[in-house]
Amino acid sequence: MRYFKVLVVSLLLLIGSVAVFGEQKVVRVMHGWPAQQGEAFDKVVAAFKAAHPDIDVVVEVVGRDRPAILATRLAAGNPPDVSPIPWLGLMAEWARAGYLVPLDGLVDVSEQVEALTPLGYVDGELYGVWQSANIKSLVWYNVNELGPNFNLPTWEALLAFTKGLAVAGKPAWSIGLESGAASGWPGTDWIEDIMLRTAGPELYDKWVAHEIPWTHPAVRRAFELFGEIVLNPDYVLGGPVGALTTNFGDAPAALFTDPPQAYLHRQATFIQGFILNTYPDLVPGEDFDVFPFPPIDPEAVDGIPILGAGDVSVVFKTGGPLRGTRPEVIEFVQFLASKEAQEIWIRELGELAANKTVDADAIYTNPITRKAWDILLNAKVFRFDGSDLMPGAVGAGSFWQGVLDYVSGVPLDTVLETIEQSAIEAYGK
Amino acid sequence: MRTGRWQPWLFVGPALIIIAFFLVYPTVMTIVRSFFGRGQELFGPNVQFVGLANWKYVFTSPTMLLALRNNAFWVVMFTFFTVTFGVLLAVLLDRVRYERIIKSIVFVPAAISYVGASIIWKFVYAYRAEGLPQIGLLNAIVVALGGKPVGWLIERPWINNICLIVVGIWIWTGFCMVIFSAAYKNIPRALLEAARIDGATEWQVFRKVTLPLLGPTIAVVATTMVVQVLKVFDIVFVMTNGAYGTEVIANRMYKEMFNFFNYGRASAIAVVLLFLIVPFMVSNLRRFTQQGVTR
Repeated sequence: MRYFKVLVVSLLLLIGSVAVFGEQKVVRVMHGWPAQQGEAFDKVVAAFKAAHPDIDVVVEVVGRDRPAILATRLAAGNPPDVSPIPWLGLMAEWARAGYLVPLDGLVDVSEQVEALTPLGYVDGELYGVWQSANIKSLVWYNVNELGPNFNLPTWEALLAFTKGLAVAGKPAWSIGLESGAASGWPGTDWIEDIMLRTAGPELYDKWVAHEIPWTHPAVRRAFELFGEIVLNPDYVLGGPVGALTTNFGDAPAALFTDPPQAYLHRQATFIQGFILNTYPDLVPGEDFDVFPFPPIDPEAVDGIPILGAGDVSVVFKTGGPLRGTRPEVIEFVQFLASKEAQEIWIRELGELAANKTVDADAIYTNPITRKAWDILLNAKVFRFDGSDLMPGAVGAGSFWQGVLDYVSGVPLDTVLETIEQSAIEAYGK
Repeated sequence: MRTGRWQPWLFVGPALIIIAFFLVYPTVMTIVRSFFGRGQELFGPNVQFVGLANWKYVFTSPTMLLALRNNAFWVVMFTFFTVTFGVLLAVLLDRVRYERIIKSIVFVPAAISYVGASIIWKFVYAYRAEGLPQIGLLNAIVVALGGKPVGWLIERPWINNICLIVVGIWIWTGFCMVIFSAAYKNIPRALLEAARIDGATEWQVFRKVTLPLLGPTIAVVATTMVVQVLKVFDIVFVMTNGAYGTEVIANRMYKEMFNFFNYGRASAIAVVLLFLIVPFMVSNLRRFTQQGVTR
């Protein structure tokens, strides 16, 4: 009898709470940011709640296997309302499968960094709202050797500078392709950067989607231009063997020895941490700095295209009057992209903002991050790292291996045919 | 009498169940899986029957042919040198005053993990550009002798493979030596003395008396070494990850499984490895039982 009473009371409580929550507006968001970045995101959520006391935001953190978990939840019919994701391929897949809410006219993206905006669209419809970005197309140099604001604005200038040093018996580049079991990836970034500059973004997209073969002249040319530098023993510290045996994290150190062993290093923003780890006394912006990897064929692409990565927020159809979602969800997504939200947490996230109206001086205290921001703002074309978008057997397999084979002297035809073979299997076409 | 019928099964039963569950079942499943396509699930909705496609890959793709060739090279070189060095050290050190110390030193690498040993040797083979201080032992010696630094792990097709095999030999020679040393010390001294009194030279004693008496031990150690080397993975994974023409079967299996999630292909490779190893295991077991009978 007593148990029966307890049961009835708890049932009543349950019904009551459901009724209360049913009236409260809830936004469920799933992200994958780890500890510190996750805490920074919580600050954004707190600011949103302060401005909208009637809306509750439930944050779910999934650090690992998020694509698989999202796929399962989609199949089960209970995805989160919003999730910022770094996978544009999945976004397109989900958009075409009808899982995502088209956001045209619902979310205002006019303040978004221009180069990023097109990547939020799938088949002409807006599905992704940018959160943050980082860029890879940077060349690092030692300010004490080459002077402040050093820049090689064209490929010709870059080659002329390289040749000039070679004549003096000095290698211009320090390249590190070794990365344990992941060796080769720094070379894929080179080739992607070159491909984007010589073939243009449309052909680049086709290449990533395997709509052109690896034996296509454009791909071949990208390898050859990379080879022009990396295969020349006078251009690279230690020649090709040096590039193959140097760890990617150790490579920039050669720029700061006395006398320097090399002068230029192409790598993403993260390499700053490695430089400061080896030489803690160096001051970013004063002792070392960056310039954008220069354009190669100005006809192929407008301005300086940027290779990078980032997060876009997508809205899942979870039921509601607005194309399958609710006004509070749209409110939240709009807030995430706003100047206010971005200024709260972008610095702690350690990335570049996606909203171009942010107060750059306030949020980028590191001069190199500030410079990267300017490079991103000036870019007209932005593309994701292609090898990350390809199937693993290619993007993290035969492409890495192909770079190592090419640099170690395997004929380019063999290299490209080998990658093509694995691509046919991996893409199934 | 009645108890005698089920009593053996009672003792053997648990072992059989464990073997069936942990050995037979996975083996059968791996063989079945090798006829199915890519995908992470064992038999999910996305996994399709592909017939002999994985097997065709295993025996015709350039990558796998290279891995099979390299494994054959490993088997020959590694087995030959570990056994040869093991026998020579066992026999020669028997005459040395500081035998124990030297044997301990030679045996030490056996106590180091494959990964640890590979990292140590990666430093030995390290390359720095010409003109810079060489941090790798081998290149430091080469440069000190007036040579140019060599990319030991890059130079294909033989130098880098040999450099990797050297690491394996370094690890296993001590083990072989200890076994051979025990076998050698079991040979009755009288036999060797008799040969010497009959006027045999030391070489003849070794060739005609010692070696034949070590024969069964050599066979067992050699087959053990073959089984070890067919499975070689760690050294290659750590030092080159199969780049520059150093791929081996086990490393390819790892890549297909854990990097590319092509479970079907990885299963086919695993089965090939299994069938390569089985004959050696069988011959080893047979020899063990024969020895048990003769003693």
